[in-house]
Order: sequence, then structure tokens, then C-alpha cells
Amino acid sequence: MNDKAGSVHKEKIYGPSDYKMDFPLPSCPGCGSPSACKIIVEALEELGLIQNSVVVIGVGCAGMGFFGTKMDMAMCAHGPSPSVAAGIKHANYDDVTVFTVQGDGDCAAIGAGYLINSAARGDKITIFMFNNTNYGTTGGQMAPTTLLGQVTTTTPQGRDGMAQGYPLHVPEILATMKGVAYSARGSIHNFAHYQRTKKYVKSALQKQTAGIGLSFVEILTACPVNWRMEPIKAIRWIEEEVTVEYPLGEFKNAD
Amino acid sequence: MDEKLFIHGYEAVGRGALNAGCLHFFGYPITPQNEITEFFARELPQRGGRFVQVESEASSASFVFGAAAGGVRVMTSTASPGWGLMQEILSHIAFCELPCVVVNVQRGGPGQGTTRHAQTDYLSATRGGGHGGYKSIVLAPSSVQECHDLMQLAFYLADKYRILTVVLADGILIQIAEYIDVKPIDFGPVPPKDWALKGIGKKEGRFDFIQSTRGLMPPIYKTIVEQLHEKYGKIAESETRVKTYQADDAELLLISYGYVARCCEEAVNMARGEGLKVGMIQPITLWPFPYETLEQKASQGCRFLVVEDSMGQLVEDVRLAVEDKKRVALLGMSSRHLAGELGMIFPETIFEEVKKLI
Repeated sequence: MNDKAGSVHKEKIYGPSDYKMDFPLPSCPGCGSPSACKIIVEALEELGLIQNSVVVIGVGCAGMGFFGTKMDMAMCAHGPSPSVAAGIKHANYDDVTVFTVQGDGDCAAIGAGYLINSAARGDKITIFMFNNTNYGTTGGQMAPTTLLGQVTTTTPQGRDGMAQGYPLHVPEILATMKGVAYSARGSIHNFAHYQRTKKYVKSALQKQTAGIGLSFVEILTACPVNWRMEPIKAIRWIEEEVTVEYPLGEFKNAD
Repeated sequence: MDEKLFIHGYEAVGRGALNAGCLHFFGYPITPQNEITEFFARELPQRGGRFVQVESEASSASFVFGAAAGGVRVMTSTASPGWGLMQEILSHIAFCELPCVVVNVQRGGPGQGTTRHAQTDYLSATRGGGHGGYKSIVLAPSSVQECHDLMQLAFYLADKYRILTVVLADGILIQIAEYIDVKPIDFGPVPPKDWALKGIGKKEGRFDFIQSTRGLMPPIYKTIVEQLHEKYGKIAESETRVKTYQADDAELLLISYGYVARCCEEAVNMARGEGLKVGMIQPITLWPFPYETLEQKASQGCRFLVVEDSMGQLVEDVRLAVEDKKRVALLGMSSRHLAGELGMIFPETIFEEVKKLI
């Protein structure tokens, strides 16, 4: 736009976050996790919360997008991020926004006990679980979220429900719990869903700020390397297969 | 604030923590330490503090990780099986150098063992109970007064060195009552926790990453491990503490900690009553262990009787210090007065052993 005296006034409409440093992402090509992390940072900035936030990263690929972000961060063991986050919240006497970024294995397998009890207590924290239907960091083993029939390195014949159990629907389970204020599942396989997921992320963070209870968002992310797919095919597979097992939307929105 | 009170060991632990300014406690029920957890459930809410009963000891250790990262004085307490369950997270706490305090009220192990007193976690506590090779400061009270005072020392040392401090008590010590002085102790200043996680808005833009995969990013793994162990070396140099009793002219020294040290004190009195040159050295810090003190006594020709309510754990450190197995004897759990879980090592039993050795 033209300012007075002919000088040019520039306004940033969209671009990299001011809170992102020039730091190489450790993620594989086509990985969905960094984009999902980006949504969270955007939401925090738009809500004006980022300076008063602490992120707790689980063990796995999910939180790696936060490496090199100018935020206070913690990373503990594989699974207990909800308890760590609640501890940080109590240390700050609730005057801080605390959220976890965990993978599906971290959150729903080894961390399931922490998750369920944090939800039952209604800890005033937000949990973001990235579901890529496998253990990515360790090379693509079966996760609790692996689809029936899906081939992984530990289900070489494809996951058989009778033998290896069934896909776990975490936000649906949490929606039944009184300590949970908000529960949703989003995806980022196209721009419409990216925007919708961002809305879920914002709602979840707002529930925490309002002190209503625990808030939870699952985000479906692509893992082309371990799925043995090209990135484009991985995105198509999310739309055609993963969203069939894992329906998108809000499961609980309590005031 | 200064009071003379007749209280139990568990209340002394609690009042010691409050006098150290600890307002955060996260715990899980387990015998014989439940009264400690219940103390904080009663006391903290009315003081503006935070108490949460969580779902497991693994979770209470994780809450402690978080609150310590948030920069407050925080603790939990447990008994032996719960101590075992915490070890995963305590290793992460060690690598992240988070200051905090864990009380382990020892009961008989292994496994579920008994719900009564014992001293079977000495090695687990002093060697760094979890994976990876680390150290925690380990303090061992032997009276209700020391429960109160060493809790305050524990928080001070934890903050001074950014390290986990363990207070290793036992089921007897926590359940007995004695007259004690309840007052805050000033150990001196501690470094500011400018690294605490609060959100960068409260830290003038400074951002911190308290992470347990420290080795992956610079400074790299080996450097960090070396720095950790350099710190452990400094602590060993300057924080080793012992208590001695009738030790100056003693030919036989009793070595013990916890409730057993009280029985040893009585046994020393019995021996002195008969003119026997018997004394005792009681480590207050089990780690760092007073190797030098024992080494000096050994070089003067002293012999040693280790008395502990286990099948022999403390004795390993005494043998390391003395380097002459023949001069170190052990009176262990087999000398309890009863075979059941209520059995104890009584002063009379210790005195009988002393007479055989001297």
C-alpha cells in the first residue's frame, strides 16, 4: 500500500514465526509433525499466549518441530508429559499456559496411564497428540493407532485385530470423562482441514486459559518414510484410509 | 516460628520441608510413609501450596520433575517399592540437573517384602537407583530432630548443586516420637533459578530447554557427562558429613545409620560401662560416603563392626574405605530379635557381638 510521500508501507500478512530460529528440522521429508507444530505456534501467537507458555515435548518425532523455537520447553521421559506439564502448571500457580506435544505411542501406549489419570483429575493443561499410526522415531513399528491390515516392521503380515489388538480412539475415550473440557481430532492433509484443525487447537488452548479442564486435540500426520509412500500418496492415504478409521471433528466442547 | 514439640518422625519431615519453604508435594499412598503424604494434604492447601495425590510413584516423580523445572522447592515421599517405581524419572531428573527432594522411608524388600522397617535400599540410593550412571546426595537421619533438620539441609543442597537429594529414612524413624526444636535453619544463599520454566514473557525474552536428550545437541554427550561427574566430585570434596561418638580412643568402631545408629549408640554406652574402647562413626551423608574418615581410622589400627538392617550393603562401602576385609565385620538382618517383620537389631545383640570381637 502507498504511504504518504510515496514511501512503501509493508505489512506482514503471513510468514515464518518470529519465535522460530534458523534451526535445522530433524524431521524426514514429507513428515506432518512440523506443520502440526506450526499450527500450535500460530494459534499461540494469534491468541497472544506464546510469551506466557511452556511446551512439554514427549519422546518421539512429534515435538521435534519445536526444536529451535524461542519458548520455554521441557522434555522428560517417554510417556509422562501430562504429569510433567501439570507439575509446571502448579509451580507457576496456574499463571502459565502449559501444553504437551506427544506422539501416539508416547501418549496412548506407554503414556496411557498418565493421560487417563490427568484427564480424570481435570489437570488444567492441553495435550496435543500427533497420530501417524506408527512409531516413527524407532523405524516404523506398530503403534496403538496402527490401522487394521497396516503393515509395519512388527506387523509384517498387517495388523490383525485378534492377534495384535485394535486401533485406539483417544479423543472419543476422553470425551466420556468429566475432567475433560475439550476433545477433538483434526487433520492437516489439505488446507481446509489445516484451518479447521487450527480452530480446534485454539479452542483447546482457550479452554485451558478459562480453567475449565483438560483439553485434547489429536492431529493426523503423515509419515511417508515409514509408510513406504511418496509424500503425495501419504497425504492421499490419510484422506482415503486414516480418516475412515479416525473420524474428524469435535467430540466434546464443555463450558 | 521456633517451637519445642513432641512429634513423630513423619511430622518432623513435613515441618522440616515447610521450614525450608517447600510448598509443593505430589505423592502416592504406600506404607509406612502414608502419614507424610497426609501431613502435606492437610497443611499445604491452607498455606497456599499445592498438594496432588497422583496415580503412581512414576507420576509423582514426573510431577516433581515438572515443578522443579518450574523453579519451586518440591518433594515427594515414598517407601521402597515406590522408590523402585520412581527410578526411571529420577534418572531424567539427574540428567536435567533439577533440584528436588525425595524421601524414601525404607521397608523390607525385595519385592513387596514387608510393610515394616528395614535398610535394604542403601545400594539403590547411593549408586543412583536408575539407569545411566548418576549420583544423588543421600542424607540419613537417625532421630526425629534429624528428620526435621536434614530435610532443610536436603533442600539447600539440592538448590546449591542443582541435584536430587534423597532423605533415606526407615519405618521406625518415621513412626517414633521425640521432643525436637522446630525452627528454620539458614544454610546461606543458593543460586537464583533464572533457568526456571515460566514463559519467556516473565524472563525478559530468555528461553530455556530443560531436556533429557541433552546429549543430542551441543554441548555434546561426553562433555555433559564429564561436567556432571565433575560436579559430583566437588560435592564429594565439600559436603561429606559424619557424626562421631566416643571415637577418639576407640579400638573398635561401630558403623551404622538410621534407626540402627540409635541402637549402636546404646551399645557403645554398654561397652564403655565395662571399660571397652568402643566408639561409633555414623555417616550423615551416605553419598558422598566418608571414605577418608574411615581410612584414617583404619590407618590408626581401628577395627570396624558394621551394623545394618539388611544382609549387607553399607558394609560394601566400609570395605572400600578400609581395604582390609579381615578388619571389617558385619552384624546384619540375621541378628534381628524376631524372624518376622517386626524384628529389630537391639543394643544388647550389638553389645554381645562387640564383646566377641574386642
